[in-house]
Amino acid sequence: MNRIKELEKKLTQVKEWPAFQAGDSISVSYKIVEGNKERIQTFAGVVIQRRGTGTTETFTVRKMSGGVGVERIFPVSSPFLDTITVTKRGRVRRARIFYLRKRTGKASRIQERKYFGAATEAVAASAE
Amino acid sequence: MPGIIGKKVGMTSIYSAAGKNIPCTVIEAGPCVVTQIKTIEKDGYSAVQLAFGEKKAKNTSKPLQGHFKKAGTTPKRFLVEFNGFEGDVKLGDEIKLEALFAEGENVDVIGTTKGKGFQGVVKRHGFAGVGESTHGQHNRLRAPGSLGASSDPSRVFPGMRMAGRTGGDRRTVQNLQVVKVLAEENLILIKGAVPGFNGATVLIVK
Repeated sequence: MNRIKELEKKLTQVKEWPAFQAGDSISVSYKIVEGNKERIQTFAGVVIQRRGTGTTETFTVRKMSGGVGVERIFPVSSPFLDTITVTKRGRVRRARIFYLRKRTGKASRIQERKYFGAATEAVAASAE
Repeated sequence: MPGIIGKKVGMTSIYSAAGKNIPCTVIEAGPCVVTQIKTIEKDGYSAVQLAFGEKKAKNTSKPLQGHFKKAGTTPKRFLVEFNGFEGDVKLGDEIKLEALFAEGENVDVIGTTKGKGFQGVVKRHGFAGVGESTHGQHNRLRAPGSLGASSDPSRVFPGMRMAGRTGGDRRTVQNLQVVKVLAEENLILIKGAVPGFNGATVLIVK
């Protein structure tokens, strides 16, 4: 397993992203290639999970679009990812907040995380 | 066909130049040593025997130790014959990965599939099972159903697919694309899956 991880590190570059976790609201801008033209699109929503390790890690972002829930999975090492900005940090009690899928409106709100603790504050400060 | 012996390391995915995520199997292959050259005059057919993987001398039988000594190499774990090398190699030559395979080429990979033990017909032969789970059905969900007709022929025909040992068979996967060759580490990345568990011996054939 270690050999695979070493190889992944060598073959794939992961850009530096700000620290974010499930419950945080982020906006992801990514490149879209249409024919031979390239443009940037943003997808803003709540992170509902981070999954995997190293270069093969992915995260899922969920947003409501016209009353319909839309989820998008991004690999962290995807060459199409342009920027990730954390807009709000949320306080949730689990790493995968799939219960959000069943909730709409007021019930789907996430409490804002204001106190980070000394360790996480440093991470958050370095991220911004 | 010329080929090489390797060890499956595991699977990962890498990005192509176009940004596509390609699932890959990593195989540590070679360097292999030529331990015997078989000729039509002497052996009735022509082939080249390659050896791969280190082995302690004390675990090697005396006749085999002599065999390796003749090729001027240390005892090796695996010995496999390939054809298609004829004339190009001498006894004791080292066959390297990068000499055989280039990126973008298609190869076949031969390996032994994972053993699954005694399995029923649904897993082993892809049967659909019998009927439904409700309407009075009871313990027939994954059953094979009928094995044949009645008093004529009064027997089950040979070769009827039934439950039994599954997996652990030699299988060839054809036309897999070589994604990357890392020469200094003796690693090759092949698109898609390859038979066997991580650490299993596989043959990569052109």
